[in-house]
Amino acid sequence: MKNKSRLLSGPYLFWAISFIIIPFCMIFCYGLTDKSGNLTLANILSIATSEHSKALSLSIELSLIATAICLLLGYPLAAILAHMKNSSGVIIFVFILPMWMNFLLRTLAWQTLLEKTGVINTVLSALHLPTINIINTSGAIVLGMVYNFLPFMVLPLYNSLTKIDENVLNAAADLGANAFQTFYKITLPLSVPGIISGITMVFVPALTTFVISKLLGGSKILLIGNVIEEQFTQAGNWHLGSGLSIVLMIFIIINMLLSAVFDKDGEGSVL
Amino acid sequence: MSKRLIELNNISKSFGNNIVLDELNLYIRENEFLTLLGPSGCGKTTTLRIIGGFETPDTGTVTFDGTDITALPPNKRQLNTVFQKYALFTHMNIADNIAFGLKIKGKTDKYIRDKIDYALRLVNLEGYGKRMPDSLSGGQQQRIAIARAIVNEPKVLLLDEPLGALDLKLRQDMQYELIRLKEELGITFIYVTHDQEEALTMSDTIVVMNQGYIQQIGTPEDIYNEPENAFVADFIGDSNIIDGIMLQDELVMFLGTKFACVDTGFGTNKPVDVVIRPEDVILSPPERGSLNGVVTHLIFKGVHYEMEVQAGGYEWLVHSTTMYPVGAEVGLSVDPFNIQIMNKPASEDEEAVAIEE
Amino acid sequence: MKKRAFPGINTVLKKIYIVLIFIFLYAPILTLIVLSFNSSKTRAKWGGFSFKWYILLFSNRDIMEALSTTLSIALLSSAIATVIGVCTCVGLRKMKSTSRSVIIGVTNIPMLNADIVTGISLMLLFLSIGMKFGFGTILLSHITFNIPYVILSVMPRMKNLNTPVYEAALDLGASPIYAFFKVVLPELLPGILSGFLLAFTMSLDDFIITHFTKGAGIDTLSTKIYTEVKKGIKPEMYALSTIIFVSVLILLILVNKPEKAAKDDVAPPQPVVIP
Repeated sequence: MKNKSRLLSGPYLFWAISFIIIPFCMIFCYGLTDKSGNLTLANILSIATSEHSKALSLSIELSLIATAICLLLGYPLAAILAHMKNSSGVIIFVFILPMWMNFLLRTLAWQTLLEKTGVINTVLSALHLPTINIINTSGAIVLGMVYNFLPFMVLPLYNSLTKIDENVLNAAADLGANAFQTFYKITLPLSVPGIISGITMVFVPALTTFVISKLLGGSKILLIGNVIEEQFTQAGNWHLGSGLSIVLMIFIIINMLLSAVFDKDGEGSVL
Repeated sequence: MSKRLIELNNISKSFGNNIVLDELNLYIRENEFLTLLGPSGCGKTTTLRIIGGFETPDTGTVTFDGTDITALPPNKRQLNTVFQKYALFTHMNIADNIAFGLKIKGKTDKYIRDKIDYALRLVNLEGYGKRMPDSLSGGQQQRIAIARAIVNEPKVLLLDEPLGALDLKLRQDMQYELIRLKEELGITFIYVTHDQEEALTMSDTIVVMNQGYIQQIGTPEDIYNEPENAFVADFIGDSNIIDGIMLQDELVMFLGTKFACVDTGFGTNKPVDVVIRPEDVILSPPERGSLNGVVTHLIFKGVHYEMEVQAGGYEWLVHSTTMYPVGAEVGLSVDPFNIQIMNKPASEDEEAVAIEE
Repeated sequence: MKKRAFPGINTVLKKIYIVLIFIFLYAPILTLIVLSFNSSKTRAKWGGFSFKWYILLFSNRDIMEALSTTLSIALLSSAIATVIGVCTCVGLRKMKSTSRSVIIGVTNIPMLNADIVTGISLMLLFLSIGMKFGFGTILLSHITFNIPYVILSVMPRMKNLNTPVYEAALDLGASPIYAFFKVVLPELLPGILSGFLLAFTMSLDDFIITHFTKGAGIDTLSTKIYTEVKKGIKPEMYALSTIIFVSVLILLILVNKPEKAAKDDVAPPQPVVIP
């Protein structure tokens, strides 16, 4: 554990350079060159073509909606859990257990639930309620995003809410604040790190997904993730795919910076 | 005497199977500095939280100025609390922390500004308004917590072990600060602590509590000089507590020796606890005291020597300005006035028996 | 936040809310479990209750092979990631704060980055060094995204590590290595364990990164399901998922039961959980 112990991080340092840093740079190498190896911005600028910009703007729109829904659904849940005595058990059932049912199958199951003659509509029509018809629409994609990423929102919120000293809330009440005033003057501002972290954790995977749109959006709806994935697996144009990934990374980096600014002590971290 | 401001009537409270308070009765006078003193788990903090409105008693009532406030939420009560670890709002600067209660009440900006200045001056932290709580020391944060509470002009200030997190020197300074504040503000302080020295220094009235029962209520002098039972005697200061038998009025026997005392009314041949403060034990050359003994330990404590003396089969704790070396033979005697006689609790459990005022 | 006026109604509302969220999270899972007992081959109609997919499952070579690939990748990658991660944490302790924050910053890249970008970047790396896509590339990729989970689980424990205890062990004559294994490691163990389990779970559930780094001729369960999406999922897959899910559920209940009895009013430990 003395000075030599520093060498123990050597293997990871090597690993991180080989498998995190260098691959990261490779995206830029490919994204900024064409097939014959000349420097070009064409790959990045192709985002301006109508097909690509449409996919990107749809991705941004749907992921923003999904993030907002996650925040609205997740905040009350996190607050309830934070006030529960034995919440750790519930947390495991909300977050860890569903992951042991395969991610693709879980998402596919929504097809069965949402179909015209699916479970939900069967129940709705039995109750003489209007049926819903959102399978293969943007609505189904948003639902899939919320379903898959809600836990990423709740966990950081839960962590930042449990860190609030109960006496601070008592102090607000003591000084005359009612429940509503205590919430928006004390609880809400103190949970900002968790909110920001949760937004980041939901927005990035929602923005970049290609699986959820493929499984629930039919084949008509293309998100930016689908466009990039096709470049790599079908079109074989890695340069274009990398260029579009760089555009995507700009959004990711803005997101990371945002969370770094608001969450200096890693308070709202997922762990 | 001034009027009774707060009254607790037959308050009981339990958490799960754990009875924290049992049929507690207590009143607090206007402008009193009252301290709830006891070991951890004695129910003192729960009592304070019931007065503050953070806990609801299972049974019993709390009245404030004659009105029942048992069910009133904390934000509607005319009292403010200084919390154990200050509970400052870390996302607001000092001025906003102090202004919190005033803004809620919708006071004017000018009124709030004046109040902030006044409160910061009162706690000797002028010019700290723009600082964030994290940048202040523990003692400064403590004073801000007090300032935040008193700007609301409460009739009663509740303080929950407010000095617990401070170091010794700062704690002593803050004790004087609190006494000064109390005099300047002219309001009632209800103070919770487990530190007997703090209680003795600051209070008008001390309420000694143990296991959910009040053991004794009195002035610091009463509590120290006339403890009502062995628990109080043991908890307040150091004591020699010895098994004895009250032979008759004004005569007690312990360690095989008869001692004259001043207590009466215990009956005859009654087992009692005899309490003698270490500074009340008089050491003299052997054969001149009531008991003979040998000094077994000696520590220099600055103002006095602390000695342990083996005499009559009991290890006496003695404070004296005269030093006797270890191994010296000494005589022990006690002024009859300094021998406290107490009824023995009938059983171990009843050691925490409730005492009616 | 405590509303005192109607504590009863409030609690009921809270319970209803939690139940609704649970229904939302578990409805698809329940659907899959029901489908695994559906004797009809399509998920569109109910053909009666049957165990046949559970029996057919074990004779389906493709699925069994994908299962064994998935489990070996998960086990190997999480084990290797745990060793590397723990070593890193021990090493970081003695490093200068600047180099430490650089390493932690690098560790956060795969955590915060999009899986698709991580997958693509690794694919490009393997392509350009001419590595053959297959088990090896999947394993390397999984180790890469698993190490951060281990580091982030062990790090908080490392920070709270009781240094005097380690120094006391040295003072009592223990060699640094002996003291590490006898004193430091036991304190880190809960963090190491949760890091390992987390890494295992992540590896098992991963699709996107595997999708880009697997190459032809090898499949994990996830990629197998993905290729089946168009032709229709084989019901054996539902049966297998149900078996995995139910065994983990039983395991969780068994592990959590005695714990709950023991910890009365002790504050619940911060659960170490991640996406």
